[in-house]
Amino acid sequence: MLVRIASEISLEEALVHIRSPLAGGENIFVGRVRNHSGGRGVRKLQFECYDAMALTEMEKIASGAIRDYEVHDIAILHVTGEKFPGEAVVIIAVSAAHRDAAFAACRFCIDRLKQQVPIWKKEFFEDGEIWVSAFP
Amino acid sequence: MTKLLVFGAASEVMGARNISLPPEIDSVKKLRVFLQQHYPGLKRLNSLMVAVNREYAEDACPISGSDEVALIPPVSGG
Repeated sequence: MLVRIASEISLEEALVHIRSPLAGGENIFVGRVRNHSGGRGVRKLQFECYDAMALTEMEKIASGAIRDYEVHDIAILHVTGEKFPGEAVVIIAVSAAHRDAAFAACRFCIDRLKQQVPIWKKEFFEDGEIWVSAFP
Repeated sequence: MTKLLVFGAASEVMGARNISLPPEIDSVKKLRVFLQQHYPGLKRLNSLMVAVNREYAEDACPISGSDEVALIPPVSGG
């Protein structure tokens, strides 16, 4: 299991970690900065993390997925700081003997991350900025 | 003296990234009452969780001076 929060993350790091001769399938989710949100152009995102707790929650998610799905290993990487359209912000990589478990565990990890990991993103538009999901 | 860590939209509402809590705040419930009184703007948030020692905590959870307490506004990772 690998969980990490850093200003730069790479697909290679995640893939190297999960690769194993025991695993016939690898499933990868990459979340990137979109250049639009709610019909407005997005210039950049700013991520803020409660690092210590976020890593703990990411570990819980990864270890829970390893326990509940038949997967070999999981890497969850998330950025902190400023990111621009097209840049990766989250990478989830799962290896498993068979594809069904890899797909299911990958989906579980990204869904849970979005629900419970204490990381916040602020969207910057041409004419303002907003913390995502914070206010009605 | 317990220090409260404040993140994201909550820190914008409160105008601080951390504050020191008065010693009589010995539970999450009392923390919530204190915040309602001193930072009513927090009501505008869609949700506000509290973490004690890096774990989400319910209202009944005790707080002591050595604990690491944090305010968790709606998360938006990924």
